[in-house]
Amino acid sequence: MKFRLDKKDFRSFLQGLIEPYELFAPVRLAEGVSAYQKIDHPEEVDLRQANPQKPAKDLFFPQSEVMFRYEKTGKQTSTIPAEEAKPERVLFGARPCDVEAISIIEKVFAGKENTDVYFLEKRRKTMIIGLGCNHPLSTCFCSSAGGDPFLRAGSDVFFIDLGEAYFVESLTEKGKVFQNNPFLREAGQKDLILVKELEERAFEKVGFSIPIDGIEKRLDLMTESAFWDRVHEPCIGCRICTYLCPTCHCFDIVDEGDSQKGQRVRNWDSCLSPLYSLETSGHNPRPTARERTRQRLMHKFNYYPKTFGQVACVGCGRCILYCPVHFDIRKAILWTSSKRPKVF
Amino acid sequence: MIEQKIRDIAKDLLAKKTVDLVIGFGEGTLPLRVTPRFIRNPEKVDRLVWNSFCENNLATYVHKLNRFKMALVVKGCDARSVTALSLEKRFQPGQIIMIGVPCQRMVDRRKVSRSVTGEILQAREEGDLIQVRGDGFEVSLKREDFLYSSCQACTRRNPTQADVMVGDPVEESPLKEAYHEVKDFEKMSPEERWKFFERETSRCIRCYACREVCPMCYCSECFVDSSNPKWIEKSFSPSDLQFYHIVRAYHQTGRCSGCGACERACPMEIRLGYLTQKLNQEVKDLYNFETGIDAEAPPPLSTFQIDDQQDFIK
Repeated sequence: MKFRLDKKDFRSFLQGLIEPYELFAPVRLAEGVSAYQKIDHPEEVDLRQANPQKPAKDLFFPQSEVMFRYEKTGKQTSTIPAEEAKPERVLFGARPCDVEAISIIEKVFAGKENTDVYFLEKRRKTMIIGLGCNHPLSTCFCSSAGGDPFLRAGSDVFFIDLGEAYFVESLTEKGKVFQNNPFLREAGQKDLILVKELEERAFEKVGFSIPIDGIEKRLDLMTESAFWDRVHEPCIGCRICTYLCPTCHCFDIVDEGDSQKGQRVRNWDSCLSPLYSLETSGHNPRPTARERTRQRLMHKFNYYPKTFGQVACVGCGRCILYCPVHFDIRKAILWTSSKRPKVF
Repeated sequence: MIEQKIRDIAKDLLAKKTVDLVIGFGEGTLPLRVTPRFIRNPEKVDRLVWNSFCENNLATYVHKLNRFKMALVVKGCDARSVTALSLEKRFQPGQIIMIGVPCQRMVDRRKVSRSVTGEILQAREEGDLIQVRGDGFEVSLKREDFLYSSCQACTRRNPTQADVMVGDPVEESPLKEAYHEVKDFEKMSPEERWKFFERETSRCIRCYACREVCPMCYCSECFVDSSNPKWIEKSFSPSDLQFYHIVRAYHQTGRCSGCGACERACPMEIRLGYLTQKLNQEVKDLYNFETGIDAEAPPPLSTFQIDDQQDFIK
């Protein structure tokens, strides 16, 4: 079903979501910095930034999450579940790259043998309203990574900014709730033509220049390549690219508290940190940035595709934009595709 | 031209095998950006560039690549970090060659990006101007209006203790008064200061980029990573975030060159430079010491003399 939402009704439409749901959308934290946060008033929603720094994965797999609490009374230790039943939620304004990334993480967390209840519960209870990308940035390469700026997959409802209005497409059962929404009118022929134009323009801009096809096979032959001796050199070992990556999903579980009372927490972890693979004995199988950088690229472009049939990169470009030493993952991908992987 | 001179010096150092590698700046893939470049082959020195976007402090690679003999391209502040590291005996005498470049002050790429609507797709420097172009716009910006705030008050643009100097020294004429950010901060009421600090630290995502880019952060185990003893939890309580930032600043007392790398690296644009600036100011007032200027003077907090002031011990 295809609708049109006039921008003058946009806030009223959002207000209508705040009452029955918990609404999450991009909010501006400082100039040039935004994040997906819980919305209490429609005017908090701020869509000026193409993508918030932290990806939407934070709402399903939070950077820090209490798994359960424990308490000891006498000799008895009891555990208390941390999560009260959460209401149904709406995530508004996630770009197709972030939405696709949630599906990528879901493949891991909804495994055949083990499932991650924390992630799946939040995923099940969330309706996703995606937002098309009229103006992909020069750092975007979603089309090369198998997506596109208007990819609907994963979204329950999809918004496209037409200037004066939004084009609204309901895509799934969950999305059907908007069928009788008082602010939505049926989309007209003109709207559909404009959508097509916007899509074509964005597709053309984002292009297909990054050779991701076949990268898994290329990397198969590169485990001990001299490529790794150099490609990591500028990396200073911070965690920006992995924390801001919408598909990175490694975590670390820690207990906070003492023997009487405390909580078990899981936090995002990063393969670029020396602690990531440090063993209790003191041995570290990934002792330098060389092995850590290899792990980052191999996981995205070799290990993950082997298991799940697609790369664990959606081409959002955050790691390029925010890297303090300007490491560009596109260059690393390009180098793997040259006959003799170039090393500076 | 500075760029050519850097290349010539690098070529000479590599050809004569004085160093194993030269670390300088290379062109980035985006406008307004450069990337640290590691050159081992004297034939490839033309990959080195010099412009107002060479914002990284390359002294941080002293630890990361400490098995090599290397030459670093340094600005005034970066040279101070190298000297400070030398006083802390972080490398062998003669292991680091400093190629000093008098600094024209670096341009804040974020400020430039925000001054226009739309994405900047091309940028180039022309004298005192930065020409930027994007889809449907082309503007000429005054370089001086877009400098990093740490660069505006800089009084040490000329690298001291450099082994080779490139170009003529520049006039040390700060554009803003020293410690101006501290002064702005001190104008606030205690409640406002607390709010500011609380708001800035609340955005922290614990990526530790501020720590990793800092040449002076080289502890083999940072206090945040230690599990025994555990000084700090690993999750996101406001007090843990605040504790990290205070201790990180505190460890810099008498060691920070004020290069601003910590703020530049932060993806969440946390502005806590005033903390280290304040400490720099205190150290200057109390000990008349400035980090990394004198290659012999030991940092005040890591030295002891019998006639040190002790009246603060009651």
